[in-house]
Amino acid sequence: MEVCGSLTVSLREFGCEQSLLSRTDGSASFVQGDTSVMAGVYGPAEVKVSKEIYDRATLEVLVQPKVGLPSVRERSQEQCVRETCEASLLLTLHPRSSLTLILQVLHDDGSLLSCCLNAACMALMDAGLPMSCLFCGVTCAISTDGQIITDPTAAQEKESRALMTFAIDSAKRSVLMSSTKGSFSVHELQQCIAVSQKASEKIFQFYRDSVKRRYSKSL
Amino acid sequence: MFSTVKERVGEVLLPGDEFSFEAEENISLTVPVKSEKVVCGPGLRRCGDRLVVCKSGVLRHKEPNVFWIDSQQRRYVPAKGESIIGIVTAKSGDVFKVDFGGSEQASLSYLAFEGATKRNRPNVQMGDLVFAQFLIANKDMEPELVCIDSSGRANGMGVFGTGGLLFRVSLGLVRRLLAPQSNIRSDLEHLFPCELVVGMNGRIWVKSASVQQTLIIANLLQSAETMTAQQRQQLFRKVQQGAF
Repeated sequence: MEVCGSLTVSLREFGCEQSLLSRTDGSASFVQGDTSVMAGVYGPAEVKVSKEIYDRATLEVLVQPKVGLPSVRERSQEQCVRETCEASLLLTLHPRSSLTLILQVLHDDGSLLSCCLNAACMALMDAGLPMSCLFCGVTCAISTDGQIITDPTAAQEKESRALMTFAIDSAKRSVLMSSTKGSFSVHELQQCIAVSQKASEKIFQFYRDSVKRRYSKSL
Repeated sequence: MFSTVKERVGEVLLPGDEFSFEAEENISLTVPVKSEKVVCGPGLRRCGDRLVVCKSGVLRHKEPNVFWIDSQQRRYVPAKGESIIGIVTAKSGDVFKVDFGGSEQASLSYLAFEGATKRNRPNVQMGDLVFAQFLIANKDMEPELVCIDSSGRANGMGVFGTGGLLFRVSLGLVRRLLAPQSNIRSDLEHLFPCELVVGMNGRIWVKSASVQQTLIIANLLQSAETMTAQQRQQLFRKVQQGAF
């Protein structure tokens, strides 16, 4: 949430917990500052014949907002998350089955889509679904005076002139998905991508530390 | 590559971690090159000339050259040769449909029981529990179960379960119970006498002398998942000393 200087990228404090729900096959909760999202994964499970794909698993993503019924905004968030997950999961290992990912927004204080992506990645890892690489979400906001802010709060998002969310993969730090809003130049877009790639290092290190802590009991 | 993989045994690895062949700096012309074989188990995949991790977990090793990722999972994916507990859901023609908790139901032919012939059909009803093993289990075909082994004997498989309780646990706990020298199993032996059927699909069936004892054993096994060995032994001792 801090304004980005030339070299350092600062993000809000993260927290994450895995395997907190008892009936799902995998679950995780991810907290970034005050924004918090819980994810649950079911799969590989039975699929309806109308939705089955003969050579891959069918991935369904549902985003439930904190208040009210899902609307068009949630549908577009679902599409972004689904495209990212399909790029990193090995869906061909479970043909004719379904994977369901449900994201429940517990509190929204900015950077919601990237928090959803992070929670989704940790839940998929917890469920033991085979993945070719990990992914993480980073949000950048460009303020009215041209400064790039990473992981903005809701107040900072409101005052910005452009808001971008990128999903970065762990293997080559390439961009898997991008969702942008507002007006910005090509140069600013490239700067934001570079800043997000740098921020993703911290998030991947955090994933590694949380998974290590989780397996430390059984080592 | 064998040495790079072996050094990381016991470490927690995440999907996307790779092992690649190192290019030898000096190739000797006199000593013949030893070919090293690495056998990949669950969680490791070969991508071209690299070995990629595809599940998060601890890297384990078994002599001489088998490596796999030990991960904690709840959902079962069928594999050939594994014995599971299934529930018979339908009888269609000559085949029973069995639900084992996977992505589709498995088929169990009525001839796949010991001593079954076309005239002598086995006594299997809907809702019965069967202990069977997979004959065919891959991602492309419908899984098939049998209740006999390759020589035609039942070997403990078949319909079971009058009374008793069936419950679900994680796959890791089931593997720990079925390991050759299992601490959990030896702790359980000192408790009360009970009959236990363990399916590799995460289902366990328990029957003991009274309903209360059955429920105690079921609760103990379900809570043993998240405990360390010491906590578990303390809990078992407490239960043993309680008056029943």
